[in-house]
Amino acid sequence: MTRLEVKRSMLASIVPGLASLGKKGLAGWLVVIGTLIVVSIVFMTLIAPWITPYDPSTRGINVGRPLTPPNPQFPFGTNDLGQDMLSRTIAGGSVMLQVAVLSVIICIIIGVPLGLFSSYVGGMLDRTTCLVMDSVYAFPGLILAIAIAATLGRGVVNMALSIAVVYVPSYFRVIRSQVLSIKETPYVEAAKSIGAKNRTILFKYILPNVVPSIVVVATVNFADAILTAAGLTFIGLGVEVDIPDWGWDLANGRRLLPSGVWWVITFPGIFIILLALGFTLVGEGLSELLNPKLAER
Amino acid sequence: MSDAFYMRWREMNRTEIVRVENLKKYFPVEKSFLEKLLTRTRGFIRAVDDITFSVLRGEVFTLAGESGCGKTTTGKIILGLVPPTSGRVFFRDREITNLKPEELRLLRRRMQIIFQDPYASFNPRMKIGDAIGHPLEIHGLASGLEKRKKVLSMLERVGLTPPEQFIELYPHQLSGGQRQRAAIARSLILNPEFIVADEPVSMIDVSLRTTIIDLMLDLKRELQLTYLFITHDLAVAKYISDRVAIMYLGKIVEMGEKEEIFSNPLHPYTQALLSAIPVPNPDRKRRIIELKGEVPSAIRIPMGCRFHPRCPFAEEACQKEEPELTVVSASHLVACHLAKGSEHA
Repeated sequence: MTRLEVKRSMLASIVPGLASLGKKGLAGWLVVIGTLIVVSIVFMTLIAPWITPYDPSTRGINVGRPLTPPNPQFPFGTNDLGQDMLSRTIAGGSVMLQVAVLSVIICIIIGVPLGLFSSYVGGMLDRTTCLVMDSVYAFPGLILAIAIAATLGRGVVNMALSIAVVYVPSYFRVIRSQVLSIKETPYVEAAKSIGAKNRTILFKYILPNVVPSIVVVATVNFADAILTAAGLTFIGLGVEVDIPDWGWDLANGRRLLPSGVWWVITFPGIFIILLALGFTLVGEGLSELLNPKLAER
Repeated sequence: MSDAFYMRWREMNRTEIVRVENLKKYFPVEKSFLEKLLTRTRGFIRAVDDITFSVLRGEVFTLAGESGCGKTTTGKIILGLVPPTSGRVFFRDREITNLKPEELRLLRRRMQIIFQDPYASFNPRMKIGDAIGHPLEIHGLASGLEKRKKVLSMLERVGLTPPEQFIELYPHQLSGGQRQRAAIARSLILNPEFIVADEPVSMIDVSLRTTIIDLMLDLKRELQLTYLFITHDLAVAKYISDRVAIMYLGKIVEMGEKEEIFSNPLHPYTQALLSAIPVPNPDRKRRIIELKGEVPSAIRIPMGCRFHPRCPFAEEACQKEEPELTVVSASHLVACHLAKGSEHA
């Protein structure tokens, strides 16, 4: 694939011209399939209040006999509180998606400017930020998120914050390495020679050229955030019990699994995997399409 | 260069537009941690090693030499894109080596650069029209419709027609030759007086080179420009220049009027370069000087004359003493012990 085609596909993939992506081979199909999965789950979550057969929250307790296996009335069975698992599965993605979106936004707001300025300015500022970022990076992600979430307490915002702290360094690193190479390109030198100020160079010449990498990191970040959010609710650091959530159902289902109740853990689990898979497919596909160099890493 | 000669040189050429005095650029060599511990001396790449020359108003002054001889670095130092290690640069008799950022920005309107690589010198996410109009915006000279009008007329001037079509294109939609035309348009939109052209045709298809060079010469006449033309291709230098300076390992070894340099090259290096220019007629007899070995590293520049290890005529004196750039005729300078000798003999 020539550089020219890569650039065209960059545009094509950011603009929602997904149909043409299929022509880009395997990577294009990954993006298409991933996007379809993500979009359908997001759509399902959005319209959940109107399509759930029973109330998925604590008000829907004892709509059926507790621990009923899947049957025509309750296709996904019921849990130990007698809640309909189909309704809980349909509605259960909401918290996770909110957390993921919020954490990605926080990451972009903090990580992108930090990477841009630090590597453009260089010197002591760059060294210090690198040191801080690397030390955060050195912690195992989930453990760090658990520690922060435990300190901050429950809630969507706190979960998003604790996940963001873990992922800011990956944005920082990718942006920084990109800026370091873009900084040396002739077109930035050309911008200097026409008298552009640093601010103009940074925002008009460098930033637009790192956007593709930001998109790639963000999609991968989405997938990780989903899994981390599930992990946090699984160990009880997530949200209140009455909000339907896959992570909570997972924890509940694990407790019930030894007594032969497989349906409570299975269906939310499948959806967590699907959602994370969808984002990962988009991320992997995009990174190959937009940025051959990034895909090699 | 001796001071006496330098004074005479200035007397002769009152209308110089750019003057470079004893310019040096040493890039420090990064060493490994162990080397840093064990050795105290710091290595330097002597990219530009004490050069002095003037560019006269309205001329095409060519810096020619092999890659790595410091010609591009010289061009960038003049424009303030790279700070010099020492030495001074004058633009119309005003020193511009240590300008404040704001003063330097204003100076950019009067001196511009055309880069070697037309593929990399445009922001891939900026339309051609925006890229060419951007200098006007930066300096607050024009905006909106007025800017568009100026960009259109400039595009037309460099031969990108119809301009209304090109203004909307992204750089990757243009061919190499078209991009270099666009780069010329961008460098000329601010109405500069002095242009550094850094190998503007070396990455362009051979069949298009002459048209681009002719365009540059036309624009020079039309807009009263002065070019500092940087090239490794002596055939191009012969075509475009008024005066030529031949650089070797960061130093000017020969400098003078084009006719002088090409008809009567005195430095063995110049002679070797000239004999390497392909000639259309294979039957024509000519003296071919072959050079021994490779260009030495700019970190370890040879003692004495820096060309002596490769010079077919090197003598003992060449290994010990570095020859100075000296006058051989009113329009010809050379830095070679032998050339000086032959001239005096």
